[in-house]
Amino acid sequence: MAWLVVRLAISVSLLYAASAVFEDQVGKFDWRQQFIGKVRFALFDTHSQASKKLLVATDKNVFASLNSRTGDLFWRHVDKTGPEGHIDALLMYGQDAVVVVGNGRLLRSWETTVGGLKWETVLDTGSFQAAALVGVQDLVKYVAVLKKSAISLHDLSSGSQIWGENLPDSDSVQYQTIYSGENGLVFVLGIVPNSHIVIVEYKIEDGEIMNKKSVEAAWMSSLESSCAVVSSGILLCVDQITQSLYTLPLQSAEQTEMRQIHLQMLDLEVASGFRPVLTSTQPNPAQPPLSEFFLQLSPDHHILLQFKDGLIALLRDFSPVRTNACSINLFSADTGRKHLDTTIIYHMDPNGGKPNRLYVHAFLKKDDSVGYRVMVQTEDLTLTFLQQPGRVVWMREEALADVVTMEMVDLPFTGTQAELEGEFGKKADGLLPMVLKRLSSQFILLQAWLAHLWKLFYDARKPRSSVKHEVTIDILSRDEFNLQKMMLMVTASGKLFGIDSKSGTILWKQYLENIQPNSVFKLIVQRTTAHFPHPPQCTLLIKNKDTGLGSLYVFNPIFGKKSQISVPTLPRPVLQTLLLPVIDQDYAKVLLLIDDQYKVTAFPSTKNVLQQLQDTASSIFFYLVDSSQGKLSGFRLRKDLSTELIWEVVIPTEVQKIVAVKGKRANEHVHSQGRVMGDRSVLYKYLNPNLLAVITESTDTHQERSFVGIFLIDGVTGRIVHEAVQRKARGPVHFVHSENWVVYVYWNSKFRRNEFSVLELFEGAELYNSTVFSSLDRPHAPQVLQQSYIFPAPINTLEATLTEKGITSRHLLVGLPSGNILSLPKMFLDPRRPELVSEQSREENLIPYAPEMPIREEWFINYNQTVSRVRGIYTAPSGLESTCLVVAYGLDIYQTRVFPSKQFDVLKDDYDYILISSVLFGLFFATMISKRLAEVKLLNRAWR
Amino acid sequence: MATIRVLSLILSVLSSITLLWTQSGECNNGRRSEDAVDTDFSGFSVPLEHSFEVDDVPRFHLRGVLQFRGGRELGVYLSQNLLSEKDRITLKDVAAVDGLYRIRVPRVSLQVDRQTERQSEGYLTTFVRACSLVESHLSDVITLHTDVSGCVVGISIVTIPGSCRGIEVEDEVDLEVFNTTISVMAPVTAPVPETAPYIERMEQEMEKKGKNPQEQKSFFAKYWYLILGGAVFLMATSSAQTPPGGVREQS
Repeated sequence: MAWLVVRLAISVSLLYAASAVFEDQVGKFDWRQQFIGKVRFALFDTHSQASKKLLVATDKNVFASLNSRTGDLFWRHVDKTGPEGHIDALLMYGQDAVVVVGNGRLLRSWETTVGGLKWETVLDTGSFQAAALVGVQDLVKYVAVLKKSAISLHDLSSGSQIWGENLPDSDSVQYQTIYSGENGLVFVLGIVPNSHIVIVEYKIEDGEIMNKKSVEAAWMSSLESSCAVVSSGILLCVDQITQSLYTLPLQSAEQTEMRQIHLQMLDLEVASGFRPVLTSTQPNPAQPPLSEFFLQLSPDHHILLQFKDGLIALLRDFSPVRTNACSINLFSADTGRKHLDTTIIYHMDPNGGKPNRLYVHAFLKKDDSVGYRVMVQTEDLTLTFLQQPGRVVWMREEALADVVTMEMVDLPFTGTQAELEGEFGKKADGLLPMVLKRLSSQFILLQAWLAHLWKLFYDARKPRSSVKHEVTIDILSRDEFNLQKMMLMVTASGKLFGIDSKSGTILWKQYLENIQPNSVFKLIVQRTTAHFPHPPQCTLLIKNKDTGLGSLYVFNPIFGKKSQISVPTLPRPVLQTLLLPVIDQDYAKVLLLIDDQYKVTAFPSTKNVLQQLQDTASSIFFYLVDSSQGKLSGFRLRKDLSTELIWEVVIPTEVQKIVAVKGKRANEHVHSQGRVMGDRSVLYKYLNPNLLAVITESTDTHQERSFVGIFLIDGVTGRIVHEAVQRKARGPVHFVHSENWVVYVYWNSKFRRNEFSVLELFEGAELYNSTVFSSLDRPHAPQVLQQSYIFPAPINTLEATLTEKGITSRHLLVGLPSGNILSLPKMFLDPRRPELVSEQSREENLIPYAPEMPIREEWFINYNQTVSRVRGIYTAPSGLESTCLVVAYGLDIYQTRVFPSKQFDVLKDDYDYILISSVLFGLFFATMISKRLAEVKLLNRAWR
Repeated sequence: MATIRVLSLILSVLSSITLLWTQSGECNNGRRSEDAVDTDFSGFSVPLEHSFEVDDVPRFHLRGVLQFRGGRELGVYLSQNLLSEKDRITLKDVAAVDGLYRIRVPRVSLQVDRQTERQSEGYLTTFVRACSLVESHLSDVITLHTDVSGCVVGISIVTIPGSCRGIEVEDEVDLEVFNTTISVMAPVTAPVPETAPYIERMEQEMEKKGKNPQEQKSFFAKYWYLILGGAVFLMATSSAQTPPGGVREQS
């Protein structure tokens, strides 16, 4: 019987928690965008004229095929992160794309149309140097891979190794490049720096060494950077010091010295301090490279040269031009002449970066004229695809593949809404004007409503397809339930984006130049849109990780414009920021920046603000964490904006190191102060807004002795509220700290599994002070309850849902490595889940304890829209209490809404309006009629 | 009242003695060389200092001595001085300007055998509002928190009651003796998923099910009446359906 009850309780609870998307709701509230990252290799599919494919390999270890007409992904393969999945080389021939992965660990061949793997070979160990396609008699049959001490040749169709040879003298010679011409030979070029070059010739069929020679080149330090093979096997090198070119035929046995050609003979000069670069092209691997090549003399000075019969001729001099727009022209390589009508003017985005890579695909049109397409990659990782004549076909914002932090900001009111709002902000000026003002604004509202109705009616008559919803920045306004917001995304490359949360359209973007690659960002919303007519204001703190020096960038989050407000300069490293609830006369929240001398800078720092800070200084506390010394310290603000140390907690670094510290979210609301128990008494929550959760990991990583420590510390008094140790556990720890609970995930090293643990803090049956919480006046330590569960999957990130008033039950959003986002009811993570079911626990709706946490497919909020490498989840409340907006970001971005307690405040889509209104009307008429009948009856009775 | 005075006098004398002996020992790690007097006692002591100044610049001086008893059960005792006349006045003054009353202890390890190998520099500090200390008549709770290895990582002080209501404390006597509760808190071991009791419970459920004789019956034994009823019903319907013509032919 008890078991039946248990099962019943579980099934009831599941019924309560189950939520999934209906088929017709797919894509209605959610969208996903897929990215690839910074392009390292891009190849156009030249196999057939009509091909739309563009193969790219990126620094995010992604290998993908793009549709060159639309910029969409045909397919995408996401490899392991880090050096293990690093793509070393990408070669393409026909339908095959050969990729070398993981520093020469794997050789893979992909079928380019559908993205299927044709074959994969594990290569011998050794660091990767170069790879090349090898052709025999105009047909490419093999792929050669050069490692530090070995070379191997593989069959292109099957991947099987034809031969593999060790390179001679590989410990002294650095083999760097590989070249194969048309004559059945593979040349491996190596160098002994500042001494000589080694050229080894291999026979393609069996790998026999045909010839080996060394050529004096005392000036050369690296082959890759200063040499290129041009024409039919001529090695061409450039030397900066002697300002000359050197040539050497690879195959000739007799010539053992390089021939020197002075650049002066061509009237050329290398810019001082610049290392000249040679670039040659080999369009078909089975044929020798072109005899024309580029020589770069200074950062923006290129020369097109031709090598013919042992002589070098100048074809064209491309000298630098300084303009704001770039132009792309097509030149004939044979003559150096410009093709007519091939100019594309590329307008640089003033909010973007400079172009730094071009990928060109030239082709012959049907009328034998030359056409080309070009993909431009800029510093801010924008991919722009241009086609003649000067048309931007598509753009991709690859900076979004690396979102660092984000915020959601409410959209502003429309003019009429703002008018109504503005009425309350103004000072009262008499009763009559106020009444008139109110009447006029109501009239405006009525007008707007009528216009809206008319528009609805007008749109309804048009066919569905012709009504387009173009989102532009001008028509953006807050919707009825505040479900549409502006997403602010800060990316690692220093580009900011403003994205409409409903459609995913990028509304504005801003590239911040001179951002160091190791910068950390903090985005702070100082003024929301609620203070019309003051524009909303966001501040981005950019901090260099090495020096700690920071700078502020203030902007309007709706339009992306930089604000004109003067920003304080930060000469000293910033340790901590603090957003105070104190507002200045312009309704901007005050941001305090604490530098390494514990001096405080206020922003904005008007007189009003400083006055307010002086008045409230004694109640402004902040904390600093120094994880290298294991020190947590608390400070109090003084009236003169200096600070004083008031508490210190030191966690010895020899035993454990602090890995993360988290407070609670400032915009979090808790609706109920306690939980009603089965016996109708109340268990009050310990809702300390200043509580910090500090997670430590042991320095000892032995699986028996390693542990994870959890400290709950009051950020004002430094009081350790709770201290727990999870033994035989190890990171990475993900945790959420909210309301009166902390949930953390760790790796149990003994049982080799992921485990969830939940800590809940309660004050007990009585509240110490129910009106206000003060850290200084809360002497009794809270009761701490804790329970742990097994979670049958690894975890990437963890976040909790957030709603407007905190009435809705909470869910945990768990980002899984599989790309799914699991919405796990907090009800399952409740330390009061009983071992044995009792009457009281059933009354409380507690689920009986089960050690394993279930994962149900219907809890995946993103059904099949997986988010690759999910790194963070952001939650924001909407205007509807039941609804929480969720953005998951990683390589992809996914936005959706979740309803943790279902849509209790929204009528369903299939709600039967007709039935309810007909019943209402029916009842109304029935009462009317029966009233009439009753009257008649009364009258009749009176007559009797 | 008088007895308390006498007691506190004794206490103050005692603590001044302990004070002397701590100072003769090594100062920073706060424990005296244990080989000198009592090795089996294996305790050591640490100074507890406090500071309350009107100008709010901390100047720490000795409040009392924390004595630790090593061994399985870690015991801690606090012997502390009486507040002097001057201190009492200062404390009241500090309370009047809503200043802070701070305490600190040096960073030490409570594990006796670890004493020599780790001598950490620095102090652990915390504070409480001076007014709440005054209003609570110097009754406070001090907790020392240690980490897994027994090293003190934090100290906390609360007064009971903790509020500042602006009640005047007239009696000087109330501000003479500290009424302190002191404790050492080691980290609690967080629970792991309890699989064993769960499995046990499941097995019990299964057993209960097994013991129930009704559950053990076979399918036919359990539902024979239903099957029989169904069969009868089927037969009845099939016999009713036989066409009357066929019957006539047979006869």
